[in-house]
Amino acid sequence: MQVIRQTGWMVVRQARNLAREPIWIAMMVIQPLVWLLLYGQLFSRVGQLRGGASSYIEFLTPGIVCMNAFFGGSWSGMAMITDLNRHVVDRFLAAPASRFAIVFSQVVRAGITAVLQALLLLVVGLALGVRVHGGVLGWLVVFAATGLLAAAFAGFSHGIALLVRKEASMIATANFIGLPLMFISAILIPTASMPPWIKTLSRFNPVNWGVEASRNAILTGGNWGASGVYLLLLVAATAVTSLFATWCFRSYQRSI
Amino acid sequence: MDAIVVEELRKRYKTVQAMDGVSFAVREGEVFGLLGPNGAGKSTTVRTLATLTQPDSGHALVAGEDVVRHPNRVRRSIGYVAQDSGVDWEATGRENLMLQGRIHAMSGTPLRSRVGELLELVGLQDAADRQARNYSGGMKRRLDIAIGLVHRPRVLFLDEPTTGLDPEARAAMWVEVERLASQESLTILLTTHYLEEADRLAERVAIVSRGKVVVEGTPTELKAGLRGELVTVDLADANGRAHEAVSVVHLVEGASEVVAEGQQVRARVPNGAKAIPLILSALEERGFPVSAVTTARPSLDDVYLHYTGRDFSREDQEGNR
Ligand SMILES: Nc1ncnc2c1ncn2[C@@H]1O[C@H](COP(=O)(O)OP(=O)(O)OP(=O)(O)O)[C@@H](O)[C@H]1O
Ligand SMILES: [Mg+2]
Repeated sequence: MQVIRQTGWMVVRQARNLAREPIWIAMMVIQPLVWLLLYGQLFSRVGQLRGGASSYIEFLTPGIVCMNAFFGGSWSGMAMITDLNRHVVDRFLAAPASRFAIVFSQVVRAGITAVLQALLLLVVGLALGVRVHGGVLGWLVVFAATGLLAAAFAGFSHGIALLVRKEASMIATANFIGLPLMFISAILIPTASMPPWIKTLSRFNPVNWGVEASRNAILTGGNWGASGVYLLLLVAATAVTSLFATWCFRSYQRSI
Repeated sequence: MDAIVVEELRKRYKTVQAMDGVSFAVREGEVFGLLGPNGAGKSTTVRTLATLTQPDSGHALVAGEDVVRHPNRVRRSIGYVAQDSGVDWEATGRENLMLQGRIHAMSGTPLRSRVGELLELVGLQDAADRQARNYSGGMKRRLDIAIGLVHRPRVLFLDEPTTGLDPEARAAMWVEVERLASQESLTILLTTHYLEEADRLAERVAIVSRGKVVVEGTPTELKAGLRGELVTVDLADANGRAHEAVSVVHLVEGASEVVAEGQQVRARVPNGAKAIPLILSALEERGFPVSAVTTARPSLDDVYLHYTGRDFSREDQEGNR
């Protein structure tokens, strides 16, 4: 189908362009590792934060994998702003390019980036003594959760990019939404240690859906039903935010 | 048959009426020029025809399809070269063209050979596999045009194709556009600030001012519509009395459209040879020393001045500031 073909070729375009940015690649590799090692050290003495893991780093790894995915997704709309500024988007829109494909290719790109980073984090985690107790299925669940988490937030981020169309506004919005969502989640501390009201809120936080699924996959394995529900919720969130971003093209087109 | 029909298009941005009832028609295979100063509404018109901008009211058909009702049908038959380059800087010239072809559902060998052919046509074959970020302005512009041509459109929009090019690149671009125009099936709508460009490339032109077409016709028709000649008098020392000089020249028989600009006074007269001695003696009588006098047959520039009461080149410079 034309939409799928166009999405594919636009993903190829972005992947190829990013592969030509050595600094971008270096940051994509270094940043998640810095988070893992820094937070791993910072909280390592606080024993009660482990939530049943054999080490704090094991507890933390799924959290960092998700934090990375969701930050990556939240910021991915910057690519749309660059394309708007360079008038590449106008060029596509005056050709029979599907608006959904323009957005969804970015969403897929953000998802793939997050999965590659998750792979890197898990491999480094293994070296630090982290074990994926869920086995092969556990790995797959972590990849699915991170890819979908990044994708869901990428859709949202691209919608905002099309609405605000300016870097500064984009940065402000991403921070305004991103940091609270991070702290209303089990990224850094176990759900059991949260104040009750945060615990309640966190159940509606898509970031936390990814964290719960990944943490279960790494720390315990089994009980896949709950993970499946979280993944389905993330699929739904990706669909909703991607359609939202597609809809936001109207706002952009009204401005030109 | 008309390739483009524009009827009473209107579009308002918050405080600006960008299109205020634009109407014109372009025949199939024709090169049509939209001429006008900054902010006249040329780009807004072209964007509307390229389905990017939604008009508030009015109708437009491009290649027989309504731009508002069937934008995707229109998109298949047009090439759009925007005023601002749409080149993807990180990709190579060839990759830019390949992706555009894919968006137009082209693929395989036909696409690859079409892309090769276009790279050659616009003289980018040697730079084809370099990132476009390293292209010069002229190379980017030529790539833009190739991008607009990948799918062999029936109608090509060129929004200021030569702005920002050096004279040599501009001349090369003119040859390019002439070559494209010689394929009889391609209709080209081009906008420009350069009167000589419209004069050279366009079979017919429309002058746009404040969102409206003020006059339309072949360059020759428009020039012929202006009788007489333009006389320009350079005052040696006007000392702020240029306006007085205008009223002096006004009294000369036959002089019309007298305007002052700095040290110059310009007037339209039916016959330069007869009018010049009269103008000179009138000025001399009132104590205006004259340093030079020139006469000119009407140019498109004069057509612009005549129909809008505004000076094209001067207004343009102000807009560019
Ligand atoms: N996206 C927009 N938002 C708000 N105002 C706009 C927008 N686009 C154009 N305008 C305004 O509409 C008017 C017409 O602009 P347009 O770009 O169509 O003129 P133009 O004839 O192409 O000028 P130029 O020769 O400078 O390219 C201008 O006053 C411009 O400021
Ligand atoms: Mg313009």
